[in-house]
Amino acid sequence: MTDNKDAVLSVRGLKVDFTTPDGDVNAVKGIDLDVLPGETLAVVGESGSGKSQTMMGIMGLLAQNGRVAGSAKYRGKELVGLSTKALNEVRGSKITMIFQEPMTSLDPLYTIGRQIAEPIVHHKGVSFKQAKVRVLELLKLVGIPEPERRINSYPHEMSGGQRQRVMIAMALANEPDLLIADEPTTALDVTIQAQILDLLRDLQKRFGMAIVLITHDLGVVKHFAERVVVMRRGEVVEKGTIKDIFERPQEDYTKMLLAAEPSGSKSAPEDKAPIMLEGRNVTVDFAIGGGFFTSAHTRFRAVDGVTVRLKQRQTIGIVGESGSGKSTLGRALLRLLPSNGQYHFENKNISGFDRAAMRPLRRELQLVFQDPYGSLSPRQTVGEIITEGLLIHEPQLSRADRDKRAIAALKEVGLDPGARNRYPHEFSGGQRQRIAIARAMILKPKVVILDEPTSALDRSVQGQVIELLRDLQAKHDLSYIFISHDLAVIKAMSDYVIVMKSGKIVEEGQTDDIFDAPQHDYTKTLIGAAFDLD
Amino acid sequence: MTDISTTNIPEKETQGRSLFQLATLRFRRNRAAMAGCVVLFFITLFSFFGPYFLSHTYDQVFPSYVTIPPSLEALPKADTLGDVMAGVASRARVQLKEFAVDGNTFTATIHSDQPIDPRATRYFDRANEFQGTKVAATEDDGKTLKLSGNVNREYFFFGTDANGRDMLARIMLGGQISLAVGFLASLVSLAVGVTYGAISGYIGGRVDNVMMRLIEILYSLPFVFLVVVLVVFFGRSFILIFLVIGAVEWLDMARIVRGQTLALKRREFIGAAQALGLTDWQIIRRHIIPNTIGPVIVFVTVVVPKVILLESFLSFLGLGVQAPLTSWGALISEGANKMQSAPWLLIFPAIFFVVTLFSLNFIGDGLRDALDPKDR
Amino acid sequence: MFHFVLRRLASAVPTLFIVVTISFFLMRFAPGGPFNLERPLPPATMENLMKAYHLDQPLWNQYLQYLKNAVTGDFGPSYIYKDNTIAELIGKGLPYSVELGFYALLLALFGGVIVGTIAALRQNSFLDFLIMSVATIGVTVPNFVVGPVLTLIFAVLLSLLPAGGWGDGSWRFLILPMIALALPQLAVFARLTRGSMIEGLHTDHIRTARAYGLPPRTVVITHAMRGALLPVVSYLAPCAAALLTGSAVVETIFTIPGVGRYFVLGAINRDYTLVMGTVVLVAIFVIVFNLVVDILYGLLDPRVRHD
Repeated sequence: MTDNKDAVLSVRGLKVDFTTPDGDVNAVKGIDLDVLPGETLAVVGESGSGKSQTMMGIMGLLAQNGRVAGSAKYRGKELVGLSTKALNEVRGSKITMIFQEPMTSLDPLYTIGRQIAEPIVHHKGVSFKQAKVRVLELLKLVGIPEPERRINSYPHEMSGGQRQRVMIAMALANEPDLLIADEPTTALDVTIQAQILDLLRDLQKRFGMAIVLITHDLGVVKHFAERVVVMRRGEVVEKGTIKDIFERPQEDYTKMLLAAEPSGSKSAPEDKAPIMLEGRNVTVDFAIGGGFFTSAHTRFRAVDGVTVRLKQRQTIGIVGESGSGKSTLGRALLRLLPSNGQYHFENKNISGFDRAAMRPLRRELQLVFQDPYGSLSPRQTVGEIITEGLLIHEPQLSRADRDKRAIAALKEVGLDPGARNRYPHEFSGGQRQRIAIARAMILKPKVVILDEPTSALDRSVQGQVIELLRDLQAKHDLSYIFISHDLAVIKAMSDYVIVMKSGKIVEEGQTDDIFDAPQHDYTKTLIGAAFDLD
Repeated sequence: MTDISTTNIPEKETQGRSLFQLATLRFRRNRAAMAGCVVLFFITLFSFFGPYFLSHTYDQVFPSYVTIPPSLEALPKADTLGDVMAGVASRARVQLKEFAVDGNTFTATIHSDQPIDPRATRYFDRANEFQGTKVAATEDDGKTLKLSGNVNREYFFFGTDANGRDMLARIMLGGQISLAVGFLASLVSLAVGVTYGAISGYIGGRVDNVMMRLIEILYSLPFVFLVVVLVVFFGRSFILIFLVIGAVEWLDMARIVRGQTLALKRREFIGAAQALGLTDWQIIRRHIIPNTIGPVIVFVTVVVPKVILLESFLSFLGLGVQAPLTSWGALISEGANKMQSAPWLLIFPAIFFVVTLFSLNFIGDGLRDALDPKDR
Repeated sequence: MFHFVLRRLASAVPTLFIVVTISFFLMRFAPGGPFNLERPLPPATMENLMKAYHLDQPLWNQYLQYLKNAVTGDFGPSYIYKDNTIAELIGKGLPYSVELGFYALLLALFGGVIVGTIAALRQNSFLDFLIMSVATIGVTVPNFVVGPVLTLIFAVLLSLLPAGGWGDGSWRFLILPMIALALPQLAVFARLTRGSMIEGLHTDHIRTARAYGLPPRTVVITHAMRGALLPVVSYLAPCAAALLTGSAVVETIFTIPGVGRYFVLGAINRDYTLVMGTVVLVAIFVIVFNLVVDILYGLLDPRVRHD
């Protein structure tokens, strides 16, 4: 296959190999693809298919043990094997990237304003002061409220969705020729997701920028991309236009991916079902603006008088955009942060419980974190991570027993048991999320709060995880609080929905009622945005 | 970060391995670190078992061999033996007529104007060089004696010190003491410093404030008096030296670990551990301490030479090990004073000290790399 | 921030008080006294001396008297330097020690961080090996060896620099003692920097910085190094306190009129007031530098601030 002269990016026979103690791993096995000017090419595939590593290889960003071979030309200029200096003229200016992990991709030590400004300063040769205007403009563009204030925020002061928007602002800063977006909207809620995608498309039209979209979300692909490349185990399985792929998929693998949209619904528990967890008038205040040199604290009410009643075998879905307080509510219900309100667990008043008193209950009350990477200790193996709870709550288990449970738990969430001996950083976002679910489920809890548990997963795996969560619920009479921005998943998983905005409940009710006949305008917008996208 | 599929993991691995076990595997692959281990092992063998293969003890004084440079030849050399014999003869107030050395025996003929008391042979035995001097023949009415005896030839590969003690034996002994002090005192500083720092940083607030002020207090106390008072109360003992040195050296370690902990405790995996129901202590032990390991290992490799040298300072003040016992630190500081006149007194202990610490540093870096899961 | 500093300065008062109290009694429990010379003094002289220095009074009274005087800044007369008060002795010597220690600190800190960073960037290369070997020698070889060796080479053999003394305080006099003081600390900083830089270079945000084409210098200095400096900053406090209060060994070798020797002389001669003076001096330096370091933590890492 010869090079495509018109292409922005032309990849031929690209290989990515990793040297590991267990031998070489061929992550990408010689793939070809072309990105044409102004088009959007979607690269889809399950985690581990090599779709991210292809892009990392092209951009010279592989881990130290990685090697790239083959050819990748940006407008005729070979990128593979280029010196850092020459590569830096392209990176961040002509080709920019958005990463999957918004939590760790930003430097925790600098304000977001400075980080967005940095590529502008370096590639345009302006001062940080001059770049500030552009940064404010970009922050507005990606929908960060109060950009003048937030420009001085640090990443840890922002929610996951906001951080991803910061990443996008950074990527757009120099109006690149090619934008490589690795799961760009995964952490965003639907309303913003639509806005961001519209925005990207807008900019694409204005500047003729091409986009490579690495994603598992076929809804986004269908709506947004022109051509699709399907990857599996380091190889391209199928490529074609959206129409070809969605209407006439050739390969079984592609068909399997397409069929994996979440489906089904959940029926409400009986009226007599006992109440497992109850939080009345939950109110959480945060002190913000308490900078290092100013001790003046302003209080910010993240959750304002919310009441939640979770019955046995019930699944309550909580939806709302980022910053609506849904994650904070989840943590407050588990008594993980200081809050006001009345709390009951299995008819026991736990309002006054301190950390020590809560500890024995933690086994029954589990939380699956939103950020699968940050919540896994970098120096523990996956085996140690998932068996840690057993060590605390079932200390009588022997090492071998724990190991058996770990194997079972990993198999349950669809991971190879060999993963026990590896470290979190060796896994993709979806795999890490499965590890986080395994860690919670191994304890056989009664109530699980799932904070965006499927947002980083491939649709195919998402379906499996939903099935798994449903099975576990039926088997162990579990109750879930399911926090998500993905309305399709919420619809499939929950029997009751709470819609939150600015820390308050705007609407709640049975899932069918909410989806079929939303009362509040905000709910209508949410649902409209979500299902309009497909 | 890497999307390597998990399928290439051999299925036969049925046992879950911990960070420690994996680190061991990776450590074994680090050649510099393994070489460090081997060298350290041999230095330890040398120090602790070397004395069994050496005829000299560390406190044996050879008055004839004071400040002798190192040599592979046996001493005394044949040509100087005559001078020694002449010296002995003059001390015995006899004339030396003939002197010959044959292998390890000598014969000498001495003469005097008066008959010589055969007990004069004692004078000869008193010199280190000669042993078992016997009167072989008496001539001239006892005015001339033919003596024979054994020549004592000594090897001083590392030379001798100003008191005529074999440096090789002293370096072996010094190694025993310095290695023991270095190992035990760093262990104390490691255990106390890491625990203290992690607790202080993790709990924070008032507890942290009090714990850190306590460190400031301990840091400011006059070290010498602390040692003196402890020696007065508990008597001078080896254990005490470890304790005192460990007690001082953990302070820096605690500050470093606390600094790391302050940043670590804001990380999300700590929150995840709390949600799992871990107690504070479990979080510190399982999540905080393993993640401070990088700077901790580096700092341990710094603490070891510090404690070994601190021991020599204590010895200098008369509070550490006392002559004829010695340590590398003490040998080095004695050697430093005679750097120009007798450089071997500095060079040999310094070589052992430096080589030991080099090995330790390679081991330390190897451990650091092995325990860093992102480093390959 | 202001409140934080104020609070910490307020907590320095009890800290100093405890230090002074423990040191005072610790010293008195140690055998020997300031006038127990090798040849004992006649009892009458001894008695007069004891009276003159109020050593004949009950320990409690002496302690309270000392506290009372110390609060007003009077740390009493020295027993060995009979014509000087402690305040004079330290006041005279401290500027020398602080100046020398300050340069040594700068050399150790910047030299160590730069060298450690270079080693980390070339991890496992020959350069890394070389730098770390030199650093190992730096930590290992004590300054009572480094000092004389430096003098031997630069003063005796090459006659480039003066062998000792303060002279006119120009760099020619300062350079050798500065190196002797700084070398072991430089080596510590280098090792700490290397270790945490290697960890720092593996983080995700470094990948972001590289993906945005930031020059390697910026990636390393602004993004990797700032996070890696945490352990370096932690070690800064004890290191600065130690360097600025002088070193008995280095000041003796290079005949510098600083305060470092008082630590040893005071202890050996049981010059109680001198020892107390040095104790208070060290305590003040330790407290101040720990405060500085805690402020630096906040400047370095915003996540540490909200505590």
